[in-house]
Amino acid sequence: MAEVQLRLRDDEPVEDPAVTVDSFAAQTNANAVRIEPGDDARDLLPVLDRLKLVEVNFPAFTDGRGLSAARILREAGYAGELRAVGDVLVDQIAAMRRCGFDSFAPDVALDPEDARAALERWPQVYQAAADARAPIWKLRHG
Amino acid sequence: MVKILTGNDLRTGAVIWWTGRDWSLHVADAGDVGDHGDVIAATENAARRVVGAYVIDAVQDAEGLRPAHIKDRIRALGPTVRLDLSLKPADPAAGDWVI
Amino acid sequence: MYRYDPYDTAMVAARVAEFRDQTRRRLEGHLSEEQFRPLRLMNGLYLQLHAYMLRVAVPYGTLNSTQLRKLADIAERYDRGYGHFTTRQNIQYNWIRLEEAPDILAELASVEMHAIQTSGNCIRNISADQYAGAAGDELVDPRPYAELLRQWSSFHPEFTALPRKFKIAVIAAETDRAAMRLHDIGIRIVRNPAGELGCAVYVGGGMGRTPMIAPLIREFVPLDQIVTYCEACLRVYNRHGRRDNKFKARIKILVHELGAAEYTAQVEAEFAHLLTLGIEPPRAELERIKAHFPEPALDAGGEDGDPDRGDPDFALWLDTNTAPHKVKGHAIATISLKPVGGIPGDASAEQMRVIAELARRYSQDELRVTHAQNIVLPHVRKADLAAIWQALDAAGLGTANLDGIGDIIACPGLDYCSLANARSIPVAQRISEALSPRSAEIGELKLKISGCINACGHHHAGHIGILGVDRKGVENYQLLLGGSEGADCSLGQITGPGFDEDGIVAAVEKATALYLSRREAGERFLDTYRRIGMAPFKEALYG
Repeated sequence: MAEVQLRLRDDEPVEDPAVTVDSFAAQTNANAVRIEPGDDARDLLPVLDRLKLVEVNFPAFTDGRGLSAARILREAGYAGELRAVGDVLVDQIAAMRRCGFDSFAPDVALDPEDARAALERWPQVYQAAADARAPIWKLRHG
Repeated sequence: MVKILTGNDLRTGAVIWWTGRDWSLHVADAGDVGDHGDVIAATENAARRVVGAYVIDAVQDAEGLRPAHIKDRIRALGPTVRLDLSLKPADPAAGDWVI
Repeated sequence: MYRYDPYDTAMVAARVAEFRDQTRRRLEGHLSEEQFRPLRLMNGLYLQLHAYMLRVAVPYGTLNSTQLRKLADIAERYDRGYGHFTTRQNIQYNWIRLEEAPDILAELASVEMHAIQTSGNCIRNISADQYAGAAGDELVDPRPYAELLRQWSSFHPEFTALPRKFKIAVIAAETDRAAMRLHDIGIRIVRNPAGELGCAVYVGGGMGRTPMIAPLIREFVPLDQIVTYCEACLRVYNRHGRRDNKFKARIKILVHELGAAEYTAQVEAEFAHLLTLGIEPPRAELERIKAHFPEPALDAGGEDGDPDRGDPDFALWLDTNTAPHKVKGHAIATISLKPVGGIPGDASAEQMRVIAELARRYSQDELRVTHAQNIVLPHVRKADLAAIWQALDAAGLGTANLDGIGDIIACPGLDYCSLANARSIPVAQRISEALSPRSAEIGELKLKISGCINACGHHHAGHIGILGVDRKGVENYQLLLGGSEGADCSLGQITGPGFDEDGIVAAVEKATALYLSRREAGERFLDTYRRIGMAPFKEALYG
C-alpha cells in the first residue's frame, strides 16, 4: 500500500488497517474504513463517532465521486483523518483539500515542490466547501 | 497498402509524419513502418517529439502516399474549406485529393 | 456588464500561473499526455486535426469592444487571422501552439477574459439569452444570475471530475432564445403568485447521441437559494451519474434512468441538507452583481420613426436582422456571420475590429455572441441603423438572413475536428449558395448541421437537421425534420436512408420545395411539417 506522503494534521496517525464500508458496522473494534467510488459515504454516518481514519480510494484520477464522499463526511461533523489514496495527482490536491482531505497517499509520489505550489496556488476561493476558507462573497460582504 | 505513422508535434500541434528517421510536415515524406509503428510511437511519445501518435494504412499511388481514411487525408492537406491555409495554398484543386 | 474586482482578477491570474506551470511540466516530461489532457481541457485547449484549438469563454455571450479587439489581436498574433464563434456563445481558435497557450491566457486575463472550464468534465461556460437586457419580453436581465453561477462553478472543488461535461443556460424571457431545455440544467427566471422572483429549474436536457428535452424538476427555487439548489443537482449527479460508459454519462441519462420524480426526490433531500450549511452567497452579492448590469443609458425621448427604407438591401436587412428593443426609438441588431457560401461563425480579425468599433460607437460598448453563431449589437438607435448597415456591408458582414435558410448553424466538422465523421462546412456552403436566392420566399427556416453524433451543430433542434456520418470511410449525411430549440422545443426525426454530399443538398432543396407548395398562409417550414407530417416529405425525398 502507498505511503502517506503528505499529512496536514498534527495528531498521531492511525495505523490500523482500513476495512470496507460494508463490514465496518459489524466490526465493532475497527476504527478505520476505506471508501471505494461506488460506496455511499452516508452509510457511515451512524457510526461516525467510532471512526478515526477514512481512506477514500481514487482508482482513476478522472473519477470524482470521492470528492463528494469527503464533503459529506465533513458536513456530518467527521473530524478524523481523511486520506486520499490511489491515483492522486498533484494538480488535484488543492481541490481535495477543499473537500476535506487532510492526508494524501498517492500511488506515485508527488513532487514535493509541485505539491507545495499546488496547495498555495489559490489566493481565495469562490465557494464554500469543507475547508475553513471564507468564500470571496463573504470577503466582499463581511 | 503500407503502414505509416502520424501524430501531432507536441509543442506546435502541427500534423507530422514519421519518415523512418525523423518527423516531416508532409505525408509524401512518410515511410512504411511495417510492424514497428507501435514501438516507434511509444518511443517518440516518451521523447515528447510527438503527441497522440498512431499507425494508419496508406496507399502508394502515382501521386505518392495517400492515407486510406479521409480524416487522415484532411490532416495531410489542411482544412478543405480554407485551402489558403493548407499545405497546398496555390493549388485550387487540392481539395479533390481528399475525396 | 460585469467587471472584475481585485478578487476576480487574482483568481484568473492564479489560473494563468497554474496553467503555465502545468504546460511547463508537460513539456519537460513530468506530466504524461493522459495526465495533462484533462488539465488542458479545463483551460479550453484541445488537440484537433491540424493543431491545438483554444476555446475562450464568453460568459453568457457578453463582450465589450476592448475584449473583441483583444480577440482580434490574438487571432493575428497567435493564430491565422480569424476565429470561430460557437454554439455555446464562445470563440475558438484553430491554430494554437501549446507553448504559446499560457501567453494567450495572460493576454485574455488583461481584458478580464479566460478559457476556464470551456471543456472537460466540469461545469462549462454558462450561456444566456443573447437579447438579455434589451428584449421587451424579459422579466429581468438573466445575466446577473448567470454571473452568480459562473463564480460558484469556477474551480468548484467537488465538481472537477464529473462523469461528463455539464452545461447550464439561464433565461428570463417568454421566448427561449438560448435552447434552455436542451441543457444539463436550464433555468428560467419566473415570478411566483406572490410576485417574488425565483427560478424554474429544468434538468437533464441535451443533444448528443441521445437527445432529450429537460423535464421541469422544480417550479420555483427562491432567488437566494439557487446556488444551493444547483449544488444539490450537481452532487446527486456526481455521486450517481454513470461512469461505466462515456456515452451514457451525461445527466440526462441519470434523470431518464431514475425517472424525473426519483431524481427530483434525491435532489430535494440533498437540497434540504445543503440549506443547513450556509453555502449560498448573500442577497447583497446578487445585488452587487446586478449593479454591473444597469438599464442601458438610452434616450427614450427620441423619434420612434423607422429609418429611410430607400435602399432595398438595407430595408431587407432591417426587416430580417433587427428586433424590437424595450426602449422606444431603439433596436437590437444581429450581425450575420453567415455570408452566402461562407463558413458559418467564422470572423476575421479585421471583421472583429469593425464589429468592435460599431459596438463602441453605437451600442453602449456591448456585444453578444449568439448560440446561432452570430453577433448582436444589443442597444442601437434606430437612427443609426443605416450607418451601421453600411459599415457592416463594406466589411462583408451585411448579409440579411437571420433565421433564414442561409443562417445555418454548423460545427467545424471533419475540416477541423478530431471527433468528426464528416465535413459540415462544405455542406453548409453549398446549401447556402443553392437556396439563399430564395431566402425571402422561404422565410424562417433553421437549418443545423453536425459532423458527428455529438451534435455540436444542434442538428436535432433544426427545422431541418443534417447529421454527417462515416459510411465505410465515405462521408454520408442523414436528414432530420421537425426539430426546434425554442419554446416549442422538439427533436427532429430522421427521414430515412442518408445521402452523399450532392444528395443531401438536393434533398434539402426537395424538402424546401415541398414546403413551398404545401404551406398555408403564414406558415413557417416547421409549421407545415408539423401539420402535414413526415409522410409527404418521405415521398418527395425517396418516392
